[in-house]
Amino acid sequence: MAEPVVQPVLRIEGLTKNFGGLRVTDNVTLDVRPGELHAVIGPNGAGKTTLINQISGQLRADAGKIMFGGEDVTHLSVDKRAERGLARSFQITSILPRFSVLENVALAVQARQGTSFKFFGSAADEGALNKPAMEALDQVGLAARAMIPAGELSHGEKRALELAIALAMEPKLLLLDEPMAGTGHDETERLVTVLRSLKGRFPMVLVEHDMGAVFALADRISVLIYGRILASGTPAEVRADPQVVTAYLGDEME
Amino acid sequence: MVDVTATSTPAPPRRGLFSGNALPIAIFVLFALVPFVATFKAETYVLSLVTRVMIFAIAALALDLLIGYGALVSFGHAAFIGLGAYAVGILGSHGVNDALVSLPVALGISGLFALATGIVCLRTKGVYFIMITLAFGQMAFFTASSLAPYGGDDGLTVRMRSTFAGLPIFTNDRALYYICLGFLLAAYLICRSLVASRFGRVYRGARENPQRMASIGFEIYRYQLVAYVIAGMIGGLSGFLLANATDFVSPAYMSWQRSGELLIMVIFGGIGTLSGAIIGAAAFLLTEEWLSGITEHWKVIFGPLLVIVAVFAPGGLLGLANRLRRMIRG
Repeated sequence: MAEPVVQPVLRIEGLTKNFGGLRVTDNVTLDVRPGELHAVIGPNGAGKTTLINQISGQLRADAGKIMFGGEDVTHLSVDKRAERGLARSFQITSILPRFSVLENVALAVQARQGTSFKFFGSAADEGALNKPAMEALDQVGLAARAMIPAGELSHGEKRALELAIALAMEPKLLLLDEPMAGTGHDETERLVTVLRSLKGRFPMVLVEHDMGAVFALADRISVLIYGRILASGTPAEVRADPQVVTAYLGDEME
Repeated sequence: MVDVTATSTPAPPRRGLFSGNALPIAIFVLFALVPFVATFKAETYVLSLVTRVMIFAIAALALDLLIGYGALVSFGHAAFIGLGAYAVGILGSHGVNDALVSLPVALGISGLFALATGIVCLRTKGVYFIMITLAFGQMAFFTASSLAPYGGDDGLTVRMRSTFAGLPIFTNDRALYYICLGFLLAAYLICRSLVASRFGRVYRGARENPQRMASIGFEIYRYQLVAYVIAGMIGGLSGFLLANATDFVSPAYMSWQRSGELLIMVIFGGIGTLSGAIIGAAAFLLTEEWLSGITEHWKVIFGPLLVIVAVFAPGGLLGLANRLRRMIRG
């Protein structure tokens, strides 16, 4: 029996990227279905961040196609893709350090509302921006820290802020580039709980080194090695794949 | 009674001591009182000097909008002063003296110049932005120098100050003083409102982290371009007033030295504060006036003075004042 036809939210076809003579993305094809959390794992240097950067538009692919919500976005700029509902977090924290935590998130709300050519009236006092922003902060457990400058947050809190910014965009797809990078054990647990609570609300692509988190959260996993997809399937399938075990998981699972 | 110290709401972000309204109010009250004090001594001299301060303060405010809030270090901002001034001079030489024509023309021309050059300049960053704004500024300078029908290198005398709907309100020095004060206040309030608005928040965010702003869906180039045009028009306003105050228009108004002086004013006063731009303009022009009264080699003293401020007061005069107050209060 054929599987039911589900239109994927994101479909990548034959994506290829070279840095000089080095092929960092090698004919990658994968899709993300509505509501699923699709993890991309692989050793350092496998090209995971490069792949995320091509999906979000920071990098242009040399060949291949990126379809998002049925539209070809391969040649759109970062901001145009974001307007269409593609949100991302960065592996290296990317926030506005001198803006308050609340303002960081309120800006994302403002971007979604699409009315930013307003020259009068204090944006910081607008309930229409602050209320949704506070809700997003509440979901990641940062509400009590809303008024301090974002630069003064701890590393783990900054990771949570990245997530809140993405949430405030009400994304149609969320790209998470190592959201747990550099966080302590407790913070990782907290982020996993937050991500689990978000599952199903929108599809996510999760790049992560923490195998505990990946196998706890992912619906499907793609294994990327030397820029190529080695295997793709459910966590159980991937874990049982002898190729994956030899190439990558063998060391990681210890 | 509500105990405000034990409130459970998070503390607001720490701000500078001068971030409230006290300083700007003090500045504008002081400006408003100058003509009354000046009646006792050398009225014409004091009025024309402080009028000049206010006119350059308007241009410095516009530049602070670019540097202090957008990290767009323009080295060609004097071009806009020149454009505004030439609008008055050239229209005047053709017998058009009314501000209802010359002011919109001054603002329009400087806005268009900002739009045309901004489209190019804003594609570059950092040092390249500085160089290309300098290049466009010099282009405007040499164009003005070659305007033979309008005085070329020598400039152009403004025979008649602007009228407003036929009324000669710019003619009286004291009236001109208060007109300049009114425009300075308007420019200050516009800049302040702009910075705090939704637009301003995106514009400030673009300085802070352009990558993040793009990834939440802002095309920051558009915001920077609009800010650049607004800053250009405020510069043009300053030029419109300068032509009326000096009764003269000259290519020297848009020389790169003048652009450099504007930069010094903004940095001297404290960038990103708006009040600092006004204080910087006043400090620069009054120090220049005072030193040049002592010796004709005043630049020998002025130069090291600027170095001292740059080294010991990185936040400019305003930053220095804030630090002193914090030290006194412990």
